[in-house]
Amino acid sequence: MKQFIVFIKKEFHHIFRDKRTLFILLVMPVVQIIIFGFALTNEVKNSKIAVLDISKDAGSQSLIAEIDASKYFELEKNLYSYKQIDEEFRKGSARLVMVIPRNFNEDLLHFNKATVQLIADASDPNVANTLTNYASAIIRDYQKRITDNHNLPYTITPEIKMLYNPQLNGAFNFVPGVMAMVLLLICTLMTAITIVKEKEMGTMEILLVSPLRPQMVVLAKAVPYLALSIVNIVSILLLSVNVLEVPVNGSLVLLLLESILFTLMSLSLGLLISSASESQQSAMFISLVALFLPTVMLSGFMFPIENMPLTLQLISNIIPAKWYYNIVRAVMIKGIGIRAVWKETLILAGMTFLFLAIAIKRFKIRLA
Amino acid sequence: MNEIMITTEKLTKKFGEFTAVDQISFDVHKGEIFGFLGANGAGKTTAMRMLCGLLLPTSGKATVAGYDVYRQNEKIKRNIGYMSQKFSLYEDLTVKENMKFYGGIYGKSDAYIKQKTSFILDQLHLNSEANKLVKSIPLGWKQKLAFSVAIFHEPGIVFLDEPTGGVDPVTRRDFWKLIYEAADTGITIFVTTHYMDEAEYCNRVCIMVDGRIEALDSPGQLIKTYNAQSMDDVFLKLARKAVRVDD
Repeated sequence: MKQFIVFIKKEFHHIFRDKRTLFILLVMPVVQIIIFGFALTNEVKNSKIAVLDISKDAGSQSLIAEIDASKYFELEKNLYSYKQIDEEFRKGSARLVMVIPRNFNEDLLHFNKATVQLIADASDPNVANTLTNYASAIIRDYQKRITDNHNLPYTITPEIKMLYNPQLNGAFNFVPGVMAMVLLLICTLMTAITIVKEKEMGTMEILLVSPLRPQMVVLAKAVPYLALSIVNIVSILLLSVNVLEVPVNGSLVLLLLESILFTLMSLSLGLLISSASESQQSAMFISLVALFLPTVMLSGFMFPIENMPLTLQLISNIIPAKWYYNIVRAVMIKGIGIRAVWKETLILAGMTFLFLAIAIKRFKIRLA
Repeated sequence: MNEIMITTEKLTKKFGEFTAVDQISFDVHKGEIFGFLGANGAGKTTAMRMLCGLLLPTSGKATVAGYDVYRQNEKIKRNIGYMSQKFSLYEDLTVKENMKFYGGIYGKSDAYIKQKTSFILDQLHLNSEANKLVKSIPLGWKQKLAFSVAIFHEPGIVFLDEPTGGVDPVTRRDFWKLIYEAADTGITIFVTTHYMDEAEYCNRVCIMVDGRIEALDSPGQLIKTYNAQSMDDVFLKLARKAVRVDD
């Protein structure tokens, strides 16, 4: 036991003496949360809209006022001809154009049927989609108000309710994703590097000749990064609750335990990578290219897995972060308990066990 | 000088078809400085790794400090010290911390570590550098420190794998003084080298060619037997027979 403590102390010396790396490890998660939470939001606010109002009546005027009043749009320009529409898009001064045809008010009130055309700049399809959705919603609201006034018997109003995240706050999506990324990066990359460093420096041989058991070397390497990860989990959660206003709806204890499980999984993965690589560069390369990229792409955090081709959907199952991401969303955002995430938990536990077993086995083989 | 510390009998290591070490047999006595010579790829590092418990032999027998290399690996590890050609110390730890760490992993008590540390610092005149990071001290000191760390836990045998690579002749001679001091306290020294002037410092040398032991005797006797001017000469005569080239 004393040997174990001596070893862990040494590891902390390595970590604390490398100030630059330590700084990155502790500050990176904070910066990422802030960037993802504020800058990379997929909400669209104050988009420029241009209006071609042909009808120019009371109805069209109040609809335009409604659009302009919403926080999503800002009325950029009133257009006077169809030709100007194309021009607006080419200049990039409007993302959306609304065309209100002749006799809008009359059609609406007398025939109970009016049309409005929305033209969007779909060079960025996601933004275009979001904008048309927002505009449709505003138009629907407007329509509802008018029909209320007139008490028409048959109107179908679709009512959309966004569950768990009524404001469609982008941070709800990013916080679980960033947690997965940060933990994976710190634990996997750093443990892999620290072990390979010993191989490069030649100190690993000395350790292997010493009475230290290989398992002990491997575990002692992992402990400091586990501690560091817990600090990061706490700081990410504090930031997201207090700054990004993402609530922890479920059990905090469960969330922490699941995060520690994911950390252990990442640590074992790092140990596994270190047993396969001989230099720090190759450890870094394997961690980043073979692990980090698939995690970003296939965990469901950037791109929805449901929309992927079947092959990719199947591959996504071997990405540990996918399961953790599901767990965090379920526990943190939806507020459900272990009964809903036991499958994911088991999968993560299984992966941890598998990686650790292979890593320790490979470590021993090198001795024989 | 009669207690046997290392003994091997037809010790062999094969990697697939390749026989790295081919049926070597020798004994090393307590307090002896035993030199292991050979060109690159002659198999000296492989032989040493088997004795240290880093590699399992393919066949043959060997005991180190009285323990069997197949079955009593853990006991061997407690009784040997090892220094590699990289002078493996932790560069981002201080001189003191390195000693504390190595003492600690051998399970030594705090009192032992403290007393031994101050002894070594005095012996190497390193007191003023005790709290400096290892990366800031000169190579020659690092090398002596690495040796002192390898025998920190007072093992019966210390294995030195080309310990003097990359240092100048004056530093090398200083280093050998340390080795003699250690041998005087009864520590057995097993050293691989390809510097022939160093071979002459050894009590006995064993010359390996292509995985086999080609000659084993005291340097003086070898020079006589091979009718040579110096160890250099002996080595060249023997090494010319080599078929294998490099590793």
